[in-house]
Amino acid sequence: MLTRLLSGDTPRSGLLTALLLIVLISLAFAPFLFPGTRSLETAARICIFIVLVASYDLLLGYAGIVSFAHTMFFGIGAYGTALALSTTGPGYGSLIWGTAAGAVVAAVFALAIGLFSLRVKAIFFAMVTLAVASAFAVFVSQMSWLTGGEDGLNYKIPRELTPAFKLIDEKILGVRINGKLLAYYLVFFVSAILFLVMLRIVNSPFGRTLKAVRDNAFRAEAIGYRVVWYRTTATILSAVMAALAGSLLAIWLRYTGPATTLSMEIMIDILLMVVIGGMGTLYGAVLGATLFILAQTYLQTLMGVAADASSAVPLFSTLVAPERWLLWLGVLFILSVYFFPSGIVGRLRAGRA
Amino acid sequence: MAKEHPILETQDLTIRFGGHVAVDGVSASFERGSLTAIVGPNGAGKTTYFNLISGQLSATSGAVLLNGEAITRMSVPERTDRGIGRAFQLTNLFPTLSVRENVRLVAQAKARKGFDLFSVAESHVELLERADHVLAEVRLIDKAEQTVAALPHGDQRKLEVALLIALGSQVLMFDEPTAGMSVDEVPVILDLIRKLKSDMDRTILLVEHKMDVIRSLADRIIVLHNGALVADGEPADVIALPVVQEAYLGKAPDTSETAAAPEVA
Ligand SMILES: Nc1ncnc2c1ncn2[C@@H]1O[C@H](COP(=O)(O)OP(=O)(O)OP(=O)(O)O)[C@@H](O)[C@H]1O
Ligand SMILES: [Mg+2]
Repeated sequence: MLTRLLSGDTPRSGLLTALLLIVLISLAFAPFLFPGTRSLETAARICIFIVLVASYDLLLGYAGIVSFAHTMFFGIGAYGTALALSTTGPGYGSLIWGTAAGAVVAAVFALAIGLFSLRVKAIFFAMVTLAVASAFAVFVSQMSWLTGGEDGLNYKIPRELTPAFKLIDEKILGVRINGKLLAYYLVFFVSAILFLVMLRIVNSPFGRTLKAVRDNAFRAEAIGYRVVWYRTTATILSAVMAALAGSLLAIWLRYTGPATTLSMEIMIDILLMVVIGGMGTLYGAVLGATLFILAQTYLQTLMGVAADASSAVPLFSTLVAPERWLLWLGVLFILSVYFFPSGIVGRLRAGRA
Repeated sequence: MAKEHPILETQDLTIRFGGHVAVDGVSASFERGSLTAIVGPNGAGKTTYFNLISGQLSATSGAVLLNGEAITRMSVPERTDRGIGRAFQLTNLFPTLSVRENVRLVAQAKARKGFDLFSVAESHVELLERADHVLAEVRLIDKAEQTVAALPHGDQRKLEVALLIALGSQVLMFDEPTAGMSVDEVPVILDLIRKLKSDMDRTILLVEHKMDVIRSLADRIIVLHNGALVADGEPADVIALPVVQEAYLGKAPDTSETAAAPEVA
């Protein structure tokens, strides 16, 4: 049953299983295990980024396609939901059609980019995605009457998903059972389902074919696979998943703007998360996203503590000053790539070599 | 009864690379169930002729007909679907995947299941069985779990042949299949090719340098020289031709090998 749910793709390493279970349990019970707004924000972000990073890995790790347009698809989903909610009011109807519209637009964009540029060299596809994504970001910031420009959009979501809504009056384990909690579980369950769907896709005959195309497109054609169709379909699936992750973010934040969805910085974060976790395995997305976001969120705090504690040691305390957190994140990244070139998951599966 | 077309035919097939004519007006037709050896010195255009038939290169002029139908402008996968299969002179596999997965992918392509998104690949037991069957035939079953990149060269050559056998097309083109294999592996592969021809009634085109192999397998020999077809006929007749003797002497064909031929045959 469990193997079926995981599409036969079990972690195949004791330590990896343990880590994944820790992440799963922590996210499933986050509101109760880690009370407080900030930790709930972090948990929701992790859920959403697991989907986003996994969908990028579908493209990069499985199909071997380098795209810089992933945040564009993420943004298309977020803006789809945001625009629907802000123009037609905070009902479930607008939420659903906005999300669906975002996914469809993402699919159409992906199809167009794919057919236009996947026939030729890989580098050309990468350049086209970069150009289209930059143009899209400019377009969104220029169309401020519609998109709110750089300020983005604030909107209302269905009341049942907001803190104002109380499901029951008593607290459970000291936690208020309100709409925010419901919103978190919406994010959690939808993310889990999307992840399992992607896990199925990568273990399907289609997913296996993607790996063949990545390994040797020339031979894949010679045994009868139409490589362009496979690459285009992978691009579309990845775009739709990214758009759905974007919609989740739009619902969770009740705000959508360029900085939270479209920025190049997020694109780079996604790349780093895929590489740290391990390319070509969706479990890598889980670990990569979790570790990266935890580091991003808490490294600064941690370093603040370290700096205070070591204020007597002059050089060390300067080095761990909280402003330097980005430097340390960079160092962590270089170390992880150096020691785990195949990512954390690749390393764990290879055993202790 | 309508006239039967030869299964495969090339008409005046030509390709130019700049000023260089690599295949020069080659016309030949191939009957069902025949095994034709294609010989010629290095750079004669044998591999290029294969590339034109299976579609990796597009002809400058001329035509390729399969069952009488022109496939000259079709893409590689389209031609594969219609029954042209190809193994490569330079090993051309899926290096990060396992040996079994390489063959399974061929079986999957043949079953047209590549666009199945929602079933688990491993649940298609018949594809795995097919893969293992072919691996047993080429004596690679013991290494089924290994990653291809880690295989020794001889085993990669065997897998190259295995992929084509798994494809089981109407027309099968082998480009020096036994080059780089150890002496005891060669007969296994040659037996398999012979079986494909006789039991499965496949049409086989075989590029091969070893005269003993050709003598024992081929019904017919075609000789290419500087891209042009210079001889075509029964093996004994063709081998006796001066132009062949010359071409083969040009390639230093070891008279020893030719002399040893009767033993092997
Ligand atoms: N893509 C290409 N571009 C330019 N020239 C090419 C190309 N492919 C082949 N040639 C040239 O065409 C000629 C024929 O090459 P081909 O590989 O077909 O020879 P071959 O008969 O298979 O030789 P060998 O016995 O060494 O395998 C050679 O001169 C080669 O350099
Ligand atoms: Mg050749």
